[in-house]
Amino acid sequence: MEKPKLIIGEKRSDGRLFDQLRPTQMKVGILKNANGSSLVQMGDTKVIAAVYGPREVHPRHLALPDRAILRVRYHMTPFSTNQRKNPAPTRREIEISKVIREALEPSVISNLFPRTAIDIFIEVLQADAGTRTAAIMAASLALADGGIPMKDLVSAVAVGKVEGNLVLDLNEEEDNYGEADLPIAIMPSLGNITLLQMNGEMSEEELKKAIELAMKGIRELYEMQKEALRQKYVLEE
Amino acid sequence: MSITPSNDRIVSNLKKETIIHLISKGIRGDGRKLNSYRPISIERGVAKKAEGSALVKIGDTEVIAGVKMSIDKPYEDTPDQGNLIVNVELLPLASPTFEPGPPDENAIEIARTIDRSLRDTKAINLKELCITQSQQVWTTWIDIYVLNHGGNLVDASMLAALAALKDTRVPKVEVKDGKITKTQETFQMPLVRNVVTVTVGKVGNYMIVDPSLEEEDILDSKIVFAITEDEKIGGIQKIFGSLTINELNEAINMVKNSYKQLIDAFKNI
Amino acid sequence: MNKVEKPERKLVLPGELVAEGEIAFQWSPYIIKIDNKLYSTVLGLAETRENKVNVIPLQGNFYYPKVGDLVIGFIKDVEAFGWIIDIKAPYSAYLPASNYLGRPANNGEDLTKYLEIGEYIIAKIEQFDRSVDPILMARGKGLGRITSGGVIDISTVKVPRVIGKGKAMLEMLAKETGCEILVAQNGRIWFQCPDKQREDVLLLSVYTIEKESHTKGLTDRIKQLIREKLGVEKIGEA
Repeated sequence: MEKPKLIIGEKRSDGRLFDQLRPTQMKVGILKNANGSSLVQMGDTKVIAAVYGPREVHPRHLALPDRAILRVRYHMTPFSTNQRKNPAPTRREIEISKVIREALEPSVISNLFPRTAIDIFIEVLQADAGTRTAAIMAASLALADGGIPMKDLVSAVAVGKVEGNLVLDLNEEEDNYGEADLPIAIMPSLGNITLLQMNGEMSEEELKKAIELAMKGIRELYEMQKEALRQKYVLEE
Repeated sequence: MSITPSNDRIVSNLKKETIIHLISKGIRGDGRKLNSYRPISIERGVAKKAEGSALVKIGDTEVIAGVKMSIDKPYEDTPDQGNLIVNVELLPLASPTFEPGPPDENAIEIARTIDRSLRDTKAINLKELCITQSQQVWTTWIDIYVLNHGGNLVDASMLAALAALKDTRVPKVEVKDGKITKTQETFQMPLVRNVVTVTVGKVGNYMIVDPSLEEEDILDSKIVFAITEDEKIGGIQKIFGSLTINELNEAINMVKNSYKQLIDAFKNI
Repeated sequence: MNKVEKPERKLVLPGELVAEGEIAFQWSPYIIKIDNKLYSTVLGLAETRENKVNVIPLQGNFYYPKVGDLVIGFIKDVEAFGWIIDIKAPYSAYLPASNYLGRPANNGEDLTKYLEIGEYIIAKIEQFDRSVDPILMARGKGLGRITSGGVIDISTVKVPRVIGKGKAMLEMLAKETGCEILVAQNGRIWFQCPDKQREDVLLLSVYTIEKESHTKGLTDRIKQLIREKLGVEKIGEA
């Protein structure tokens, strides 16, 4: 398969500048039964998240005496990808469920609810790269929508290296043919990085520049998350 | 579903304070410096039926890796390359906390981190493992088994994988009219680049490298960096906790100051 | 001359700075103190009055039990010596037989005779801490099995608004609709109305309060709404 041209002059194959996010949409309170829920769409990547809890843990032995446990499931619907994806959990989904949980744990004030569980379910409806970072933002919004006390929201984005250039918010094509992919999640007010992965190859300089670029995207996304939460109340203020 | 693990602390609070106090003075419980590895030993050819194998010890951690080769169809998007599959198992005999069963999220995370580190740095020249384009290629199966958990499973596992690859002899085959015949000869696994992982742990305001089992118990966060012999970063995986950008930069410096200990140990085998 | 302090109210989000420096606040899950700064932990309204700060959550549908609170519980299960009760909290509550019957259950006694699964009771939180599930007391004035009227659920964070400052909203609702109303801390309301029309108006009012809880002048608007819906039946009332 021939590699498509990913960079044309100062623009990317989808017309974006190197430091430009894809068109993003965020909504909360979209599922009736869940305690908190949200939808996040970045370009063609679309994910929904639902939060249940804090609620009792069954089986009891999983509960922790001094805090709530988080249970996170990241799952891709079979129709989310070009080729149908088998609905059984893959090793990738298992790893991503873990990194998402690790990205949210530092933000939730879990010691307020000992012996309970806070369940976070994420479904990817459309996958076009950046699903785990969209998932983290959706989960964070759903937690806030559900009134779960948190130290801060968690914002996330992936930076990549494409034909030697650092670009913000990779799409699928760039992710497949690029040289590196760095998803990062951070609690913006506190400056705590809660997700950090990199696959590909980067020099130390590139890594530092990539994180700077990610921070630019994160600042924009953080504002969008806050707007999505304020939406319901803004008309009256 | 990923679930917050039970935190069975093995280190008492008093001991934790002692360890942190020592670290603030620049030494650790066993006398090491903050950027020093425990004694590293690598033994090749420990599983004779494997095409390549190695046993790695870092301190009390022991990991054995074996490489098996098989002939299969290539993946659709890489018809001229061999396949690479990495599997890690945290054997129940390695720790009272490991249970029998399929690999859990921790084992999967380690396996995928090692896989990415080898793949993304092109440490193996997979093109040399192609037999007939789009039809038959060599699959390199790297199976990593943790035999004793003494802390820092990732670095030991990565080193074991690398050493097992260096130890691997791939069978030479002849292709005649689409039929494959094995010969008696073998060729060296095309390992063209040396990659290691360095695990950095954060304790309070300090960074340490190669955390022991006890140290892992008190870490605030743990992050793994894959680094090549020419100091390129070939992968990053934050395992747990959180860190600021400044702490991240500190961690990267730690990695640069310590990875050579692994490379040197590897060079000697 | 008396100066009336108008409390300042601001919509805040998790991680948003609410106050800085020497300012008083009572511990709540909705505020966190880091160094010398106070941050909100939820989507809510931050209220500053007389140098004291408070955050009122706007989202959330779970009740955090507090000893002494009045709750309306839903019987989930009957056991040998008591009942398991849903109080919309992250923890199930337990009502020991003696806290309802005034005596312990006899061995082999069938407690469904007194309270069955699916019934509502009005109770008080007698005991609760981080290590034990809440224990209820359902013996006493105004407590016990609900035998008439209806029960609806509202979002637990809206309870203060339905009651109102100095019970203003609750008293207005009761007066204007002529219904008997009991608002429990755990987000359930018991009501008994003279007719179906007033019941519907009451429920519509409660629903509207829930939706517009963060707005100003709500009590008067709801009063207007009720009067419109019922037609002005009382002559001479302003």
